[in-house]
Amino acid sequence: MPILTADMSAGTIVEWRKKPGDAVKRGEIVALVETDKGLIDVEIFASGVIETILVEPGATVPTGTVLAVIREEPGAAPTPAAPAAIPVPVAPPVVLAPPSEAKAAPGRLKISPLARKLAAELGIDPATVRGTGPGGAIRREDIEQAAAGAAAAAPAAPRTALDRQARLRQTIGAAMARSKREIPHYYLATTIDLHPAMTWLTGENLERPVGDRLLYGVLLIKAVALALREVPELNAVWRGGEVVPGQAIHVGVAVSLRSGGLVAPALHDADRQGLGDLMRSFRDLVRRARAGGLRSSELSDPTITVTSLGEQGVETVFPIIYPPQVAIVGFGKVVERPWSVGGQIVSRPVITATLAADHRVSDGHRGGRFLAAVDRLLQEPGRL
Amino acid sequence: MTAERAVPGLDRDHALALLRQMILIRRFEEKAAELYTVGKIRGFLHLYIGEEAVAVGAMQALTSDDSIVATYREHGQALARGLPAGSLMAEMYGKANGCSRGRGGSMHFFDVSRRFYGGHAIVGGGLPIAVGLALADKLQARAGVTACFFGDGAVDEGEFHESLNLAALWKLPVLFLCENNLYAMGTALTRHQSQIDIRRKAEAYDLPADAVDGMDVLAVEASAQAAADAVRRGGGPFLLELRTYRFRAHSMADPELYREKREVEEWKACDPIAAFVAKLGERGLLGAPDVVAIETSVAAEVEDAVRFAEAGPWEPVEDLTKDVYTPAEP
Amino acid sequence: MTKMTYRDALRSALRQALRSDPRVFVMGEDVGRYGGSFKVTYGLLEEFGPERVRDTPLSESTFLGAGIGAAIGGMRPIVEIMTVNFSLLALDQIVNNAATLRHMSGGQLSVPLVVRMATGGGRQLAAQHSHSLEGWFAHIPGIKIVTPAVPADARGLLLAALGDPDPVFVFEHATLYPMEGEVDEEAGPARIGEALVRRSGDAVTLITYGGSLGKTLQAADQLAVDGIEAEVIDLRSLRPLDIATVLASVAKTHRAVIVDEGWRMVSLAAEVSAQIMEGGFYSLDAPVARVCSTEVPMPYAKHMEDAALPQAATIRETVTEMLRAHG
Repeated sequence: MPILTADMSAGTIVEWRKKPGDAVKRGEIVALVETDKGLIDVEIFASGVIETILVEPGATVPTGTVLAVIREEPGAAPTPAAPAAIPVPVAPPVVLAPPSEAKAAPGRLKISPLARKLAAELGIDPATVRGTGPGGAIRREDIEQAAAGAAAAAPAAPRTALDRQARLRQTIGAAMARSKREIPHYYLATTIDLHPAMTWLTGENLERPVGDRLLYGVLLIKAVALALREVPELNAVWRGGEVVPGQAIHVGVAVSLRSGGLVAPALHDADRQGLGDLMRSFRDLVRRARAGGLRSSELSDPTITVTSLGEQGVETVFPIIYPPQVAIVGFGKVVERPWSVGGQIVSRPVITATLAADHRVSDGHRGGRFLAAVDRLLQEPGRL
Repeated sequence: MTAERAVPGLDRDHALALLRQMILIRRFEEKAAELYTVGKIRGFLHLYIGEEAVAVGAMQALTSDDSIVATYREHGQALARGLPAGSLMAEMYGKANGCSRGRGGSMHFFDVSRRFYGGHAIVGGGLPIAVGLALADKLQARAGVTACFFGDGAVDEGEFHESLNLAALWKLPVLFLCENNLYAMGTALTRHQSQIDIRRKAEAYDLPADAVDGMDVLAVEASAQAAADAVRRGGGPFLLELRTYRFRAHSMADPELYREKREVEEWKACDPIAAFVAKLGERGLLGAPDVVAIETSVAAEVEDAVRFAEAGPWEPVEDLTKDVYTPAEP
Repeated sequence: MTKMTYRDALRSALRQALRSDPRVFVMGEDVGRYGGSFKVTYGLLEEFGPERVRDTPLSESTFLGAGIGAAIGGMRPIVEIMTVNFSLLALDQIVNNAATLRHMSGGQLSVPLVVRMATGGGRQLAAQHSHSLEGWFAHIPGIKIVTPAVPADARGLLLAALGDPDPVFVFEHATLYPMEGEVDEEAGPARIGEALVRRSGDAVTLITYGGSLGKTLQAADQLAVDGIEAEVIDLRSLRPLDIATVLASVAKTHRAVIVDEGWRMVSLAAEVSAQIMEGGFYSLDAPVARVCSTEVPMPYAKHMEDAALPQAATIRETVTEMLRAHG
C-alpha cells in the first residue's frame, strides 16, 4: 500500500484494474485506493506480469503492506526497498537549562512558598531546616521530615490548637506508617538488674545540690550512648537506599507533650557528656519541647532514639523506629521483681530494655550485643 | 539515420540539450513520485510533469547574472537552472547534503550560488521578493533580470497586483512568468478569475505582456527571450503567460475530483516531450538512438541522485537552532 | 550632547546611515514628498533624492517583501510601515519570509532588513489605529524586536538595527515622537538585547518598555513620596530579551511588576513573568504582577481609552497592594 497523501497510514483497495497474468508497464494505473482525501489511482513503478494479488477489494491495510506480487521482466530497474522506517535521529533529551538563579541576598532563605506555608503551620523555624532542593532550597519534604522526627508546638499562633494538633497527628502518622511499611523491624528484649545503678544514684545525688540531682533515666541514656560505641551500626541513618553511619552519637529522647504529641529531640554527643551535663541538657530539652522552643536541628539530628514509658506503668515497650534512624531503644518501668543473686532469690529493681532495629542494617546477633552492653554498663554506674 | 537538414535557428546540439533537460525533469519527477509512495519523501510533493517545456524554454532566456524566484512546484526550474539533481533529491529526503540542508524539503529549494531564491509555499509570496531583488539590481546598476515564476492561482492574490504595480511604477527589471495550468489547486481558472485572459491583467498596470503555448518548448524559448530582452533594454517589467497543463494531481495528496479524466487525456496528447521528439524527428535532427542515449543518460543521472540522497547524512539535531540568526562576526 | 526630540534623533540616525552607506535606502508610504507621516523622514528626500527615499504605493505586503528581496540582493533597506496597525497586511512576508529565509535555506541567506513602525494607543484613534502588537512580533524566531523609549535609544537602536545582518523591527510609540532628551550624535550604536536600569530602588522592580516607560517612572516618583523606592528597568529589546538584568534586580527587590501596553492575555508581560518564575522563583516574595491594557478594542472616548490603557496610578496601586498583601 503506497503512501499517497501526507500522513497516510492506511488505505482501502476499492478496485483492481489488473488481474493475475496481466502484463503491466511502469507508470500504469493498477488499482484504485480510498484514502481520507478521497479515491486515488495507484500507479505501478515496475514492469512485468502480475503473479498474485494479495489484498482484495474492500480490505483496509496499513501503508507498506504488500498488495500484489509482480514477476519483473529481466533487466528491469530494481524496485525501491519496501518503506523503510525513516531513521529519525533520536533527539537528545531537552535539557532544561538550570534556572540561572541570581545569588540570594545574604540572610535570605531559599524556600519555596509551599514549604514556607507548611513550616508556619507546623511551627517550625525554616531557618533551621536543611534544604534538599536545588541549590539547597527548602522544600515541603524537608519541612515534613523535620516535623516527622517530632512535632514541635507551634510558637506562632495556630488557627486553632485542634487544627494544629490534627495536622501534627497526621504528619507523625504518615511517618510511622511509612516506617512500619518500609523498615523490616526485629525486636529484642532483656531485663536488667538496676540495683547497682539505683544504689549508686542515691549516693551520688546526696552529694549534689537539689537542682543538680540526676534522674535514673540519664543513666539509661548514657549507657545506651556508650553501648553504641561498641555496636556502631545501630547509630546510623538510612538515606538514599543505603546506610550512612552517624558521625557522632546523638541520642533522641522521646518527650511527651501535653497536647498529646511526641517529640524526640537530640542530646548531642551523649556518649561524651558527663552525667551532670547530660542531665542539664535533658532537662532543658524537655522544658523547651513542652514550651515549643526546639530547634529543628535538634529534631533532625538524632542517630537513635530512646523512649521510656515507665511513667505510664508499661513494663515492655515495642517501639517503631523513627526514620531515617535504624534503631530505637525502649525502657519500661522499674519494678521490684524476684531476682537470683548467687543462687538466692532476692528482690531487685529491674527494668526491661527493648531494641527495635532495622534488619537491613543489623541482625539479632549485633542487636543482642548492644543490649548486653547496655546491661553491662549499667552494672558499673560509677563509670558512666 | 536521416541526414541532418539545417533548419534556420535550430541547432541540433541545442535541440538535444533542450530535450535532455525536459526528459531529466520528467524522469526525476517520476522517481520522486515513486519515492514518495514508499515514504522516502514526505510532506507535500508537487510534480511538474507536463509543464517541462515552460521551465526549460524560459531558462534559455536567463543568464547567470539573473535571479530566479519560483513556487513550491519548482523542481523543473531548479533542474533547468542547473541545480544538481542529487542535491535536490537529498533535499527531498531531508538530508544535510540537500540544497537547503534538508531544512526546506520539496517546496523550498534554495541555491544562492546559482541565484535560485526558492521555493515558496505561500501562493503569491514570492512576487514581492522578486520585486525587491530587481530593485537591488537596479540600485546597484547591475544588468540582471529577476525571473519570477508563479501560477494562475497567484493572480488571485493581492501580492500579484501590488507587485506588478510597483514593478511597473519603478520600472524594475522583473520578468513575471505566469505558468497558467488552468487550475489553482482544485479550482478551475474559470471559477477563480473574472478575467481569464491573464496576459490582459498587465494592461491595468501599463506593462507589456504576451501569452505563449507552454507545451511547445521552442515557442516558450522564443517568447521568453523576447520578453527578457525587453526587460533588459530597460523597458521595465514584462508579464509572460505560459499556457500549460499539469498531467498529475496538484500534489501527491490530491484525488483530482475537480477535473475530468478526459480533459487530462486530451492534454496528454500535447505532451511537450513527445511533441518535441516528433518535431525534431520530422526535421531530421533526431533519431531513435538519440532518444535512447538520452534516456539512458538521464536514468543514470536520476539513479545517481537517489544514491546521493540515500547516502547523505542527517543534520545533527544539535544544530537545530543554528542559523535562526546570522552568527556574530568572530 | 544635544537636546533633541525622539523624531529628530531617528532622523539623525537615518541621515547618518544614508550618508555613510550607499546600500541604505528608505521606502514606505509618504516618507518622501509628504515628509513622513510622523515627520521622521522630513527633509531626507530633498537631501538624498528619490532613488534613496522612495514613496511606495499603499501595498504593505509587497513593499515589505520588496525590502526582503532588496536585502537579499545586497542592499540595506529601511522599510517604514506607517503603523503596526497596517503591518498586519504584511504579516505573511514578515513571518513566512523575513523570519524563515535564513534557516529554511540552510544558512545561505541573510536578510539585513530594518523595518520601522509607529505603535501604541493614547491618541483617541480608536480600535483600528491603536494597537500595541510588538509582543506578537516578539513571538517569532528569526527576527529581532527593539523598542526605544528615549531619544538616545531611538538613535542608538536604529543604528544597531542597521548594523545587524538579520531583520530588525523598530517599534516607536507614537506618543514619543515629540519627547525631548539628550542625544550624543557622536555615539555609536546601542546594543540589541540589553536592558537598562533607568532608576534604582530596592522595594520592587518595575519592568517596562517603549511608550510605558514614562508612566512607569512617574509611578516610581509617586511611590517614592510614600517611601517606596522602585527600581525601573527599560527592556529596550523584546527579542532578544535581557532577562539577566531583570533577574538581578528581582534578586534584590523580591517583587516584580511588568508594565506592558499590549493586552494582558498572552502578552509580552506574560512571557517576562514566566521567565522571572523560571529563573528567580526563590527570589520572589510575591507573585509577579502585570499592568497591561484591558482586553477591549481601544475605544475612542478619552475617559474610556484612559481606563483601558496602563496608567501611572494603576502601576502605583498595583505596587501598594502588592506590598500590603505580601509585605
